[in-house]
Amino acid sequence: MKRQSNALRRREAVLGYAFISPWIIGFIVFVAGPLVASLYLSFTDYSLLQPAHFIGVQNYVQMVHDPDFWTSLGVTFYYAIVSVPLDLLVALLLAILLNQKVRMMRLYRTLFYLPCVLPPVAVSVLWNWILNPSYGILNRLLAFFGLPQPQWLITPQWTVPAYIVMSVWGVGGAMIILLAGLQDVPQSLYEAAVIDGAGVWAKFRYVTLPMISPVLFFNLVMGIIGAFSYFTQAYVMGSGYGSGAGVNNAGLFYALNIYIQGFSELHMGYASALAWVMFFIVLALTLLVFKSSSMWVYYGGERE
Amino acid sequence: MSAVSAGTAVPVRRKRMPVAQRVYRVFIYALLTALSALFLVPLFWMVSSALKSSSEVFVFPPVWWPKHPEWGNFKQALTTLPFGLYALNTLLIAVVNVVGNVVSCSLVAYGFARFRFPGRRILFMLLLSTMMIPSQVLLVPQFIMYHDLGWINTFLPLTVPAFFGSAFYVFLLRQFFMTIPPELEEAARIDGAGTFRIFTTIVLPQIKPALTAVAIFSFQGAWNDFLSPLLYLNDQAKYTLQLGLTQFQGSFHTDWNLIMAASVVVILPMLIIFFLGQRYFVQGITMTGTKG
Repeated sequence: MKRQSNALRRREAVLGYAFISPWIIGFIVFVAGPLVASLYLSFTDYSLLQPAHFIGVQNYVQMVHDPDFWTSLGVTFYYAIVSVPLDLLVALLLAILLNQKVRMMRLYRTLFYLPCVLPPVAVSVLWNWILNPSYGILNRLLAFFGLPQPQWLITPQWTVPAYIVMSVWGVGGAMIILLAGLQDVPQSLYEAAVIDGAGVWAKFRYVTLPMISPVLFFNLVMGIIGAFSYFTQAYVMGSGYGSGAGVNNAGLFYALNIYIQGFSELHMGYASALAWVMFFIVLALTLLVFKSSSMWVYYGGERE
Repeated sequence: MSAVSAGTAVPVRRKRMPVAQRVYRVFIYALLTALSALFLVPLFWMVSSALKSSSEVFVFPPVWWPKHPEWGNFKQALTTLPFGLYALNTLLIAVVNVVGNVVSCSLVAYGFARFRFPGRRILFMLLLSTMMIPSQVLLVPQFIMYHDLGWINTFLPLTVPAFFGSAFYVFLLRQFFMTIPPELEEAARIDGAGTFRIFTTIVLPQIKPALTAVAIFSFQGAWNDFLSPLLYLNDQAKYTLQLGLTQFQGSFHTDWNLIMAASVVVILPMLIIFFLGQRYFVQGITMTGTKG
């Protein structure tokens, strides 16, 4: 009896491994292997044309003295610090509006989500046109209302803001997640709050916000990671200006800098080092958000 | 969902709705209408610009809709560069990605959902944690690997990885496998059906909506991808639509009507798929955020 159940268990395990084997192979070949290789390369001066040789921490030292590295960090943080909270706020606002038991909620939801499914290249090309300082529709609308018309993407100080404006068009994904979060809030909690004399603001502050804080938290983490891997828009929209990353590198996002270093300049060792620094920054920021989350994220039930 | 709430909202309104609440409803709808108009302006502007003549694009004040729509813009935009070929390339890559992801991810997800084996929990955590690795970290070594394999300037780097599972889709499908009761599978096993046959004939049909979601997402991912084609495809005859569009923008930088016409064509397939399969999009996105 015992032996048979052992045999069955072994059979089940073999089957399990067989089913997940595509991922195991893929993990080793496409993730684990490259991860180790990338760490090693970050200590070499590899250029694809000549064999790599080990140069110790030289790439990392070089980074400290590389103005492009600091520019790209600045551009990325500037974009993240403004766009992540702004987009979350807009997404939350839209989700709350859609959660008011409105008719045709699905239609509105579809409309707001639509920009998220479009190819980023086409979206960037479109916004290049919308943001065109002389003929773009945005500045013409601003002119119509008597507002100043910034030189989007042309002057360095109006480069990152252009990307931020464009990012608001893509809040649909976060909106859908937040809307689902809002719909999961038990109605009984609101009823209890009303009995306790809570008004609209109190209901939002003490019921809605705590209940959806895990979802807000998730979006915050994703937003930070997203800013560091922001590439396509930066590449397509920056390509028309300066040396391909906006005037005075004002649109040199971190991921774009990695691409330029690794694949235009063929400094593949240096690009790997840049990527590892990015990995650690993202990891540190995520941990920071996680650590602080116990102060403001509420999880129902026994989950921590 | 919305049908139910609309159905209950109507009779309530007929009875007697306090004035304050009625004003509030009007305000909500006005705000929603204004915001959705605002969200649609960019797309409208894209289509309207695509139909303008070269001079109409630059007139002031702007023309909202061209007097004589220039349908010829589409023809001109599409024939200057071989967009038909680009579309075929993109379609081929996208379809192979769909097949690869659906097959590999459903196998892996079923393995994690139904079988007990040593290290299952740790392996699954490992799978989830790969979602946190920025793709930029893997880019250089992957490029070198494909280069050494002689895969540069072929579709292989853009298609082969799809056959080895993708963390997000595995996670999504596993969630669905967990919700179906195992009794049917057990009954089939007693009847003597093999594991693989049970998987293909009994299990997979039950999660068709989830498989559709994975198919749609991987189609979208491949169709919209820019970085991989940019890295791996050099030969113009192998370009995808996204590469073609950047190339087009580079060579026609002030012919905005033609650039917009090309853009409309590039987004059109995604628009159609989106309207046909919106509920799958919503489902998939919701799963990411709330169950993660």
